[in-house]
Amino acid sequence: MKKEVKRLGRSIGIGLAIVFGLVIYAYGFKVIKVNLDETRSPRRQEQLVRILRALAKPDLIEFEQTEYLVDLPIMVPCPEGGYIPPEQDTSKPYIVVTPSCADPGSMAQIEGFNFAPNAEGPINFIPPSQVKLTLGRFQADETGHFFLTVKLPNRKTTELNHLTATTRTRVGGPSLSQNAIDTWDKIVETVFLALLATTLGLLFAVPLSFFAARNLMKDVTSPLLNVSLSILALPVGAYLGAMISNFAGSTVNLLLKDSPLLNLIGALVGCALLYFAVRWAVPADELQQPAIRLRVMRIAVLSLAVLVSLLSLYMLSSLAMWIGNTLEVRLGSIGFLGTFIADLGDILGMTLTVISALAGAGVLMSLTDRLGRKIIKATTKPMAKGIMMVMSAIAGAALFFMIMAGLDWLYQFKNAALTIAWPLGLGALLGLILSIRLNPRDNFPIGLVIYYIARTIFNALRSIEALIMVIVFVVWVGIGPFAGVLALSLHTIAALAKLYSEQVESILPGPLEAIKATGANRLQTIVYAVVPQIIPPYISFTMYRWDINVRMSTIIGFAGGGGIGFLLIQNINLLNYRAASAQMLAIALVVASMDYISSRLREETI
Amino acid sequence: MLQIKNLTKVYEGGVQALTDVSFDVPKGQFMAVIGLSGSGKSTLLRCINRLVEPTSGTVIFDGEDVTAASDEELRLIRRKIGMVFQHFNLVQRSSVLTNVLSGRLGYVNPAWSLINRFPPKDVQKAMVELARVGIEDKAAYRADELSGGQQQRVGIARAMMQDPKLVLADEPVASLDPVLAHSIMQYLEKINQEDGVTVLCSLHFLDLVHRYADRVIALNEGKKVFDGLPSEIDDEKFKEIYGREAERVG
Ligand SMILES: Nc1ncnc2c1ncn2[C@@H]1O[C@H](COP(=O)(O)OP(=O)(O)O)[C@@H](O)[C@H]1O
Ligand SMILES: [Mg+2]
Repeated sequence: MKKEVKRLGRSIGIGLAIVFGLVIYAYGFKVIKVNLDETRSPRRQEQLVRILRALAKPDLIEFEQTEYLVDLPIMVPCPEGGYIPPEQDTSKPYIVVTPSCADPGSMAQIEGFNFAPNAEGPINFIPPSQVKLTLGRFQADETGHFFLTVKLPNRKTTELNHLTATTRTRVGGPSLSQNAIDTWDKIVETVFLALLATTLGLLFAVPLSFFAARNLMKDVTSPLLNVSLSILALPVGAYLGAMISNFAGSTVNLLLKDSPLLNLIGALVGCALLYFAVRWAVPADELQQPAIRLRVMRIAVLSLAVLVSLLSLYMLSSLAMWIGNTLEVRLGSIGFLGTFIADLGDILGMTLTVISALAGAGVLMSLTDRLGRKIIKATTKPMAKGIMMVMSAIAGAALFFMIMAGLDWLYQFKNAALTIAWPLGLGALLGLILSIRLNPRDNFPIGLVIYYIARTIFNALRSIEALIMVIVFVVWVGIGPFAGVLALSLHTIAALAKLYSEQVESILPGPLEAIKATGANRLQTIVYAVVPQIIPPYISFTMYRWDINVRMSTIIGFAGGGGIGFLLIQNINLLNYRAASAQMLAIALVVASMDYISSRLREETI
Repeated sequence: MLQIKNLTKVYEGGVQALTDVSFDVPKGQFMAVIGLSGSGKSTLLRCINRLVEPTSGTVIFDGEDVTAASDEELRLIRRKIGMVFQHFNLVQRSSVLTNVLSGRLGYVNPAWSLINRFPPKDVQKAMVELARVGIEDKAAYRADELSGGQQQRVGIARAMMQDPKLVLADEPVASLDPVLAHSIMQYLEKINQEDGVTVLCSLHFLDLVHRYADRVIALNEGKKVFDGLPSEIDDEKFKEIYGREAERVG
């Protein structure tokens, strides 16, 4: 009994599920506007056939052609006494029209002789106004003869009209059409677009992926006091770093702008000084803590070395730009090598500010970290707690203020209470609450906080298609492949960082433990225990991304991102399907061959 | 040398792996830790160098409070404590030499080590340590090209690169066959007797305990149930350590 009820219930359930499924698909059909009449309409079918035929004949090859024109005068209508056309040269192609003169709108038979076998072309009617009118097309048989009935135009004149038969004959062999040449140019652009985007993405994604790996970040903990101090140190350090870098940059710019020799000497001397300073100040093996005086000296020497290296890097950048610009002019057709060197120099100069801002933040944060530990060690517990509470409140206020400043920049609230008072108060309050709940020695899981932030950013970026991102970049740097590279790179960074970090999370924990147990620091642990384990999956994911980027770069031109898509969408909009067909063919070939190459490489490397 | 006081570990999720364990290890002793699997041996050894963070209790190593050390202090303590693992925990894709040299990471200049540069005397030392365990000819091999016994010898060489005062060996022979087990244990014995390194070694087989250990402690469900000489483990003690149903073999 019970069993039957159960069975009945199940049948009803399945029935309902089927009905529900049907409703969903019915609604889907409505939303999609499925219209089968359109697929059957003859007009649509005709269009389809036309397009398919055009697509089947990609515009790749053209022949040089000469035009051969046969001319026959004709009178419309007949003059009094009739009209006898001039004698035709029967050794060449010629046409005969019957009748030789006729009323407007009447039919006439045109017969052609001596044409090339299978020649074809238009029959034109040329009135005295010279505005030609195509009456029809002829197609000769193997003997070069054709017969065609045409309707004369409905126009009267007493002057002479002309009937012409035009044929084109190929002279010389086939050559690439302009469209084929453009397609080749753009397909090269497309492949390089994918290459640059993959490389750039790889460069950033590798270091970033460690921040999004839970197994590495969960060990990164720090007392709340240190975290608070670091939050305060971060912007200050970054600002100082950027200032120092700008100072170095403008010094070099001012003193040595156009003297490559001095730049070269400066860069070399700087590198040498740096090498010796590092050798001296960072000794190879340190068993005991060195004396305080030596340590102060080392820090001083290292700081000086950093400044010197900044200066010499700027000199290097300026030198590279000079060399590049010179080469660009001298090298002629391979001048792009010079441009590349100059661009590298420019990029170096641009990134130095960012790097030294990061370095400044890092240095100041590690200093405040030490300070925090000293405070915790040297003070009594209530005292340490008090300091922690104050610092945590300040850091919370600062953090919220900075976040709000960012939002304000975006939304322009123009409201002091909202942009200053509220974030300061709220941040301080949250900092205070957090610090009340924690002991000075308790470790705050700052690593996990960073992990979640990194994850969120990557996921958000990943969910925006590169095709959409490129719209913003097009506004910034203009339509073209550069915008495409930037958009694709950004997407690649987010996507690869996510994929990579999952690989880091799945490494064997054993070697990690073993390296940690030797007393290795965090960076050493990553280099010795993590990196060897992740190289194969990193390679294979980079290749996988390369495949995606090749595909993406073929269509990113739809949104203005350069590459072959740009040409394709233009030709489609111009209804130039034979040209578009050539680009589609090129895309298919490139995607297939890149797929093949990368799968072969994958087999080789792993 | 090593003092463990009231060590307790509760894992996230509530597993009580160690309960109030205390004991001292004098310098130069070869001490065995026995117990069923799951009794907390690995947790105990990992709490000593804080690969696992103890919930409460203190560990004093060489006069320094390990449990209260900051990250940097812990790093300096860890380099004096070598560790040998049941599954060797070598970096499989790196060379044997690199694996051994990585034992030196706590000492060398961090900047140079990141580009795999070690001082020549460390490289020499690595070759000496490899020679001591009889596989100096395998230095250039990749770690995963070695057999299990050879991998564990690399593990010992790596630990010895640290110039350790204490070696923690977590079931070093449990994944090896019995013949190899003795050769690995003999290397540990050699370290203990020739270099005067204190050894704390968890073991599965009682015969190995009788053969190599000076002293033994036993864990059962995270509690210390025995502390004494190997010869003192009689049938009654055995049943207490391994449970009533256990049958003594060998
Ligand atoms: N990382 C962990 N998280 C949670 N529980 C764990 C973890 N590691 C070990 N345990 C548990 O702690 C207890 C002791 O484990 P372990 O120290 O590995 O014992 P043994 O080494 O003697 O086999 C077991 O019950 C085990 O399941
Ligand atoms: Mg174990």
